[in-house]
Amino acid sequence: MGQTISEKIISNHIGKKVYAGELVVSEVDGCMASDTTGPLTIKAFHEMGGKKVFSPDKCALIIDHAAPSPNERIANLHKMMRDFAKEQGMRLFEIGEGICHQVMVENAYVKPGNIFIGADSHTPTYGALNAFACGVGSTDLAATMMTGKIWLKVPQTIQINCSGKLQEGVTAKDLILFLVGKVTVSGATYQAIEFTGETFERLSLASRMTVANMSSEMGAKTGIVHPKGLKLDYDFEAITPDEDANYIKTFDFDVAGLEPQVSAPESPDNVHNISNYEGTKINYAFIGTCCNGRLEDLNIAAEILKGKKIHPDVRMVIAPASQSVLLDAISNGTMSTLIEAGASLITSGCGPCVGTHQGVPADGEVVISAANRNFRGRMGNPNSNIYLGAPSTVAASALEGQIVNPKKYLV
Amino acid sequence: MSGVQTTIKAKAHVYGDHIDTDRIIPGKYTKTLDMTTLANHVLEDLDPNFNKIVQQGDILVAGINFGCGSSREQAPLALKKSGVSVVIAKDFARIFFRNAINIGLPVLEIADHNIQKGAELDIDLKSGIVKDLTVDVTYTATKLPDIMINILSEGGLVNYLTKYGDYSL
Repeated sequence: MGQTISEKIISNHIGKKVYAGELVVSEVDGCMASDTTGPLTIKAFHEMGGKKVFSPDKCALIIDHAAPSPNERIANLHKMMRDFAKEQGMRLFEIGEGICHQVMVENAYVKPGNIFIGADSHTPTYGALNAFACGVGSTDLAATMMTGKIWLKVPQTIQINCSGKLQEGVTAKDLILFLVGKVTVSGATYQAIEFTGETFERLSLASRMTVANMSSEMGAKTGIVHPKGLKLDYDFEAITPDEDANYIKTFDFDVAGLEPQVSAPESPDNVHNISNYEGTKINYAFIGTCCNGRLEDLNIAAEILKGKKIHPDVRMVIAPASQSVLLDAISNGTMSTLIEAGASLITSGCGPCVGTHQGVPADGEVVISAANRNFRGRMGNPNSNIYLGAPSTVAASALEGQIVNPKKYLV
Repeated sequence: MSGVQTTIKAKAHVYGDHIDTDRIIPGKYTKTLDMTTLANHVLEDLDPNFNKIVQQGDILVAGINFGCGSSREQAPLALKKSGVSVVIAKDFARIFFRNAINIGLPVLEIADHNIQKGAELDIDLKSGIVKDLTVDVTYTATKLPDIMINILSEGGLVNYLTKYGDYSL
């Protein structure tokens, strides 16, 4: 019987063929926790009798969710993480080094064919690399750090097949928002997603990460982009599904005519063509996060904002996904363009997206954000409204003070 | 189940579908190891009164996709510390479900329940049988995989791994 990508990766790890529905205990190739989940992970690790992490080279801690620390309470949690990393001889990514998922990929903690466990719900981002990656909570992660293993149910797989070339000005973010709208926020719960078809073959690694990242917004356990067309700076053995693999459901979409998409408050699957919301006044524009804080995202925003000024009633915040992204954006002039247009640069990290600090909206304010979630209160204030869009949409909307189709600035 | 109480008789607090982790505990409160802080803010953006009305042992009941969103284990921890003894939902988001079992908060999936606000429930966790005493209706929850039953039986994953040192299926 044929296997999906997830079934193949898990089978490779446990040394026998397994299929959806089977329970397995597998070794993992790496794991990580952030400063939201890390302190509880360390606490649970000690409580369960952990002395040494299974392999210091494969475990990492990242301070990104409230970085730099906004108060003494969080400063002490960060210190707890630094002390633990030092004691264990494992890498800790400091404030500003970047968002967990970005630094895990940049630093090759995760590679094609891996099983990777992260204490962050957007861990499926690594599906862009043809890896099987799941988010877990702190106690699960503590157990993985201690044993080097995870128990999991081999998931059923939903296939999402897209054909057609995206129009000029329509990006991977628009594509994945469209798909979240179709599959819904619970449409893939307990399941894996395989993104396949010619549309995905053309996508860069950064765009594939945007797609895989939001598979968690469909409830998926993991979301893997078919490796065809994937270019990495090292050789890898691609894991592809068998032709007779068994899918629980297949979606087929022709996305050639797709227009830019927005997700309206207050659920990521409340997705519409941008024309439905054009003219909506905004106060705050945000580009960053593990979904859309990469160089290509900043570049497209800069292309739109070059030589212009953002609307006087709008403030714009930029959080590059990592220090490496920031350095590249400085070298190619993107960062000066964004700042000259009136944007405010903050430390690479998750703060505004998760409502911890650095950019909480006021009561009644409207945000256009390149993040992946717009739940009520997500950015720290339940009395604000968050629209999600592509970085191009965020930049164009910042210029006009209202939600606007970015296409006119890109052709 | 040595580590947890297996029969529960208490009042139901009933909410709707897609209650995400930001509503269970907003991100701004998650960076703490103080569970009382978490409990003080549990569900505050959904129902500002919840923290005042919840009694020790009460049952939280919801619709589909309960706990969607973040991996923050602070969500089930906040519910547990606030006094909630079990969460019943039509279905759960994956990570929340695992987290709840791992910290020893029982979760029951009942796809077709019609439990109303204020209902008096009688629950047997071992069999998964839930009696709605208010309207005299009985439901049977979806059976958990054995490994989850074993983890829950020990009161959570910390106790489980302290006892066994590794997973066994």
